[in-house]
Amino acid sequence: MPLMIEITGLNKAFGATRVLHDVNLSVEAGEVVVIIGASGSGKSTLIRCINGLERFGSGTILVDGLSLAPIDMGRKKTSAQLKNIRREVGMVFQQFNLFAHKTVLQNVMLAPMIVRNWDWDKAETTARRLLERVGLADHIKKYPSQLSGGQQQRVAIARSLAMEPRVMLFDEPTSALDPEMVGEVLEVMRGLAREGMTMVIVTHEMGFAREAADRVIYIDHGRILEIGTPAEIFDNPKQERTKAFLSRVLKH
Amino acid sequence: MLADLTSWSPQLFAGLYLTVGMTFGGMAIALVLGLLLALGRINPSRWVSAPVAVFVELIRGSPLLLQLFYIYYVLPGFGVRLTPIAAGLLGLGINYGAYLSEVFRAGIAAVGSGQREAAESLGMSGGQTMYYIVLPQAWRIVIPPIGNYFISLFKDTALVSTISIAELMFQGQLIASDTFQYMRIYSAVFVIYVAISIPASLGVRWLERYFSRSGQGR
Repeated sequence: MPLMIEITGLNKAFGATRVLHDVNLSVEAGEVVVIIGASGSGKSTLIRCINGLERFGSGTILVDGLSLAPIDMGRKKTSAQLKNIRREVGMVFQQFNLFAHKTVLQNVMLAPMIVRNWDWDKAETTARRLLERVGLADHIKKYPSQLSGGQQQRVAIARSLAMEPRVMLFDEPTSALDPEMVGEVLEVMRGLAREGMTMVIVTHEMGFAREAADRVIYIDHGRILEIGTPAEIFDNPKQERTKAFLSRVLKH
Repeated sequence: MLADLTSWSPQLFAGLYLTVGMTFGGMAIALVLGLLLALGRINPSRWVSAPVAVFVELIRGSPLLLQLFYIYYVLPGFGVRLTPIAAGLLGLGINYGAYLSEVFRAGIAAVGSGQREAAESLGMSGGQTMYYIVLPQAWRIVIPPIGNYFISLFKDTALVSTISIAELMFQGQLIASDTFQYMRIYSAVFVIYVAISIPASLGVRWLERYFSRSGQGR
C-alpha cells in the first residue's frame, strides 16, 4: 500500500513546554489509525499539525506526496502548499464547528463551490447525497442550532466529505456528545472505514478503537510510546505506561 | 408663537435635511473606513497593524470638534482645500470610523475560533474565511452597537455648524440671532432632535432584541 501520511521528526513546543517529541508516523492509504492517550498528551496537537492548524517547530509532514515543513506556515499567509494539503485532508472537530449562520445544506455546499469551484448543481447533488448517507436528508433546511449534537457532528462529517478528501482526521469526534448520540456518529465513521477511507482518529472510545482500527497508537507526554494492532495494544501492551493508561480508562 | 414656528419651519427643515444627509453620509464613510481599519488592525503583519492602531488611538483620543477644525482650517495650509460639506463628512466619517473599527474588531473576535478553523481546514483562504464565514456572523453581533453610534452621530452633526454648514443647529442659531427668541427657537430645535433620536433608539433596542433572539451564532 502507498503511504498517505508520513510524519518525520516532528517537534513542537508551546513556549518552553515541548508538546511533541520527535514524532515519526506513517499511515498507509486506506488505513484506519486510532490515537489514544491521556488528555494533554499531545494527540490532538499531532493531528492538528497534519493539516497545518498547528504550527510545528521542526520535522516534515508528507500528505499524499505534498510536503509540509515549518516554512510553509509562516505567520503572514497560508501558503499555497498548505491550501493544497487542506483540500485533500478533511477534519472533524470535537465541537463540530458547523457554520452557525448557514443551513445544513449550505454548510456542506459552500467549500466545494468556493474552493473547488464546483457549480451549484454539482455541489447540491453531492451535498444531498452525502446528507442522505449520514441520515439527515430531512434536515437540510435547518440551522445547526436546531440540531442535536449527534446530528451536527454527522453534518460536519458530510461537510468534510463533500471536498472529496483523501484523508479524514477526527479530533475527539464524540467527546462533546451525550452518550446516546455517540453511536450514530461512530456508525458513520465505521461506514467510512469499510469503504477504505484513510482515517486518523483521536478518541477515548476504546471499544470503537478495538473494532475499527487497523493500528492503535499510544501517545504519552508528546512521544509515541507504542504502536500496534488493536489486539497487541489492548490485550498485550508492552509498555508499563500503556498498561497503566488502559487500566485507568477501561475500568469505567 | 405657532405663527413664529411656522415662519421658521422652512429654514429649520432645510437644516434638518442637511443634518440627516450629514448623518447618513458620515455613517457610510465610517462603516467602510471602520471595517478597513478593523481588518488592518487584526492583520498579522505589524507593519500594517501598528500604524492602524496608532491612527485609531489618535482619532479616539482627540475631540471631534478639533478634528473638524483640523480638516477645514489646517489642511488648506497643505494645499488640501475642501468644501464645508466635504470637510464635515470626512471629519465625521473618520471620527466614527475609528470608533466603529473597535466595534467591528470586537465583533470579529466574538466569532469563535472554531468557525475559522473549520473554514481553513476545508481549504478556504484567509480572505474567503473572512468573507463567507466570519464577517456574516460578526455583522449580526455589531448591528446593535452600530445603531447606537448612528444615533450618536445624528446628534454630533451639530458640531459641523462650526465649520459653516447650515444644518439644523446652525439654522437655529441664525434665527435666534435674528430674533432673540432663544427660548422658543432652541426649544423647537430640541424637539426636532429628540423627535428623531428617541424613536430611533427604540428601534435600535428592538434590533438588539431581534438579533439576540434569532442569533444562531456562538
